[in-house]
Amino acid sequence: MTTSTSTMEVKAQNLISDKAPRRTFLGRFQRWEWILVGLILAVILLNSQLSSHFLNARNLSRTSSDFMEIGLMMLPMVFIIITGNIDLSVASNMGMSASFMGLLHNMGVNIWLAALAGLTLGTLGGALNGYLVSRVRLPALVVTLGTFAFFRGIAYGFLGDQAARGYPAAFTYLGQGRVAGTLIPFSVVLFLVMALIFGLVLHRTTFGRQLFSIGNNENASVFSGVPVARIKMIIFTLSGFMAALAGLVLAARFGSTRPDIGTGLELAVITAVVLGGVSINGGTGTMAGAVLSLLLIGLMRFGMGLLNLQGQVQGVAIGLLLILSILLPNIAGNLSRGGRKIRWRSVVAVVFFLAIFALFFAFFFWSRAPVIASV
Amino acid sequence: MTVANPPATRSAFKSLLWSLARFREAGLIVFILILVALVTLRNPAFLTADNFQDILLNISILVIAALAQTMVIITHGIDLSISSMIGLVAMMVAFVVKQNPEMSVVLAVLLGLALGAVLGSFNAMIITFGRVPPIIATLGTLSIYRGLVFYYSQGTWINSFELPEAFKSLSKGTPLGLPNMVIVAIVVAIIVHYFLNYTRTGREIYAVGSNPDAAQFVGIRKDRIIFLVYVLSGVLAGLAAVLWASRFESAQTNTAIGFELQTVAASVVGGVSISGGVGTVPGVLLGALLLGIIQNALTIVRISPFWQLAAQGLLILIAVVTDRWILNRTERARNR
Repeated sequence: MTTSTSTMEVKAQNLISDKAPRRTFLGRFQRWEWILVGLILAVILLNSQLSSHFLNARNLSRTSSDFMEIGLMMLPMVFIIITGNIDLSVASNMGMSASFMGLLHNMGVNIWLAALAGLTLGTLGGALNGYLVSRVRLPALVVTLGTFAFFRGIAYGFLGDQAARGYPAAFTYLGQGRVAGTLIPFSVVLFLVMALIFGLVLHRTTFGRQLFSIGNNENASVFSGVPVARIKMIIFTLSGFMAALAGLVLAARFGSTRPDIGTGLELAVITAVVLGGVSINGGTGTMAGAVLSLLLIGLMRFGMGLLNLQGQVQGVAIGLLLILSILLPNIAGNLSRGGRKIRWRSVVAVVFFLAIFALFFAFFFWSRAPVIASV
Repeated sequence: MTVANPPATRSAFKSLLWSLARFREAGLIVFILILVALVTLRNPAFLTADNFQDILLNISILVIAALAQTMVIITHGIDLSISSMIGLVAMMVAFVVKQNPEMSVVLAVLLGLALGAVLGSFNAMIITFGRVPPIIATLGTLSIYRGLVFYYSQGTWINSFELPEAFKSLSKGTPLGLPNMVIVAIVVAIIVHYFLNYTRTGREIYAVGSNPDAAQFVGIRKDRIIFLVYVLSGVLAGLAAVLWASRFESAQTNTAIGFELQTVAASVVGGVSISGGVGTVPGVLLGALLLGIIQNALTIVRISPFWQLAAQGLLILIAVVTDRWILNRTERARNR
């Protein structure tokens, strides 16, 4: 017993010494959320200069609904990442649920019954993840990597090379409709209501506090009577439900379902969460940060789209932003503390590698020029 | 993993079980044998030399990439960008080869390795100097490198007729009896096995993964080791990229999309612990072999191609759950 407490004490001390410097730095700029707000304002300012179509209410309203599926999946992902877990299967689960609904719709089942069945299947899928993580005690990364393939495979099994289409207008309203008399898409309202609920649960309830405590120290949480297994079961099941809901919204927005619907969105979801200041190691983060980062990503992608950049090339900017959001505070934190002496060796190494990268890009542009010219 | 001798009171069966399970690979071998037996019963065409050569050809690239992933995971990291590195290097090498059809194939391979090394060291820089968690850093470069593929080629593909014969036969030629690609994969596996088990740096990789603090206290330069594994991951991705372009006789903007998760799956099914410090080359080979056999068997027993991905996912889940179950069982038996 004594040994276990002493190791826990050591762990706790490590925790404090690990996290303290980052907080002091952020304290200077107030909080991460304010940095996000600043970035959002900068993006708006820059884009409105670059394109006259940016500050157009109709455009903004249309583009905002493009990000609501990511947003809906992001909300439970915040919970999961705060507990130090991860769910890679959300986009596959979304495909499975939407395809199940599409299959039933093709068979002539009432669309709302089909949607309910899709939601149920997605929730069950989430529960499977939860069971394997909390009861069988497998790492979440491994479990959801398996279900990532499994769920997507079921989606293909359901629909094969077929697509489901011809959804009634009452259903497509979910993804395409606007709130009567305004330009606000219904899916945005749905997302905001959900975000409010998830935010309140995270920051105002015991359940929310317990999520943070699991992320900070799972063993200590178990010993303090936090029902860790049950909570993990709940959040993974919730993630399945929200993924299914996002699947319905996406199917409604497209007006059709193909089994590859939403492929690759899991990484977009995780990017939004992490950029929102939620630590990938668990224990810290806010719902407001995640919502702001979704807004930032949406505005950036919209602006780059107006500048005719391909979706994949936009990924370069999002990827850089993701890395810089962690890298810059770390470097600035190191410099501002000044505790770590700058070693010449590392400076030389950094300069050396920067030179290599410069060479790489020289080669990059040199080797592509003749081929691009010939196309 | 080694433990004190088992007590003499243990029943013969339990001691057999225990000694078997000490090698996590054993469970995998049993699983593979059962699978092979079942599939052969359904369709004897499965158990032929030709078919097995097919399987080996199909998993060669996966083996190379999965071994890279394994070294990274052993240090308690992960390299999600491996698929985008393969895509980018394949595209760049294909562009160069297309422009210089007379270029020697060896030079093309070396170019691939070098480009991979640069991309890998970019990951390594961010992770070691920038202190960005590996999963974030490589998630970022996953989309950065993929974006560069699109920017580089402006969406165009390199097709089979644009590549010289010598380059295309690099992967498929059989001067030594087996396809070159399989031989390359075997050689890489042997080198990595030797490196991880019989060199000082290799052992340090395990040390860093199982206890980073302790590793630092005994004088291991943790950052150097971590830097190294990401560079190695890039180098092997570069090798895989050249083989990929040669085997499929093309470079496309979506080359190897989603492949990163397959490499993690092969490692994890092969008994590499996601929390670091544990994993062997034979295990990963078996993991990749299992994935290859599953894919091949599903076609052979005529499961609808649309259900194959589902079956693959399910079998991966079963493999991990069984592995955990055996581990729990033997641990309980050991503690008794």
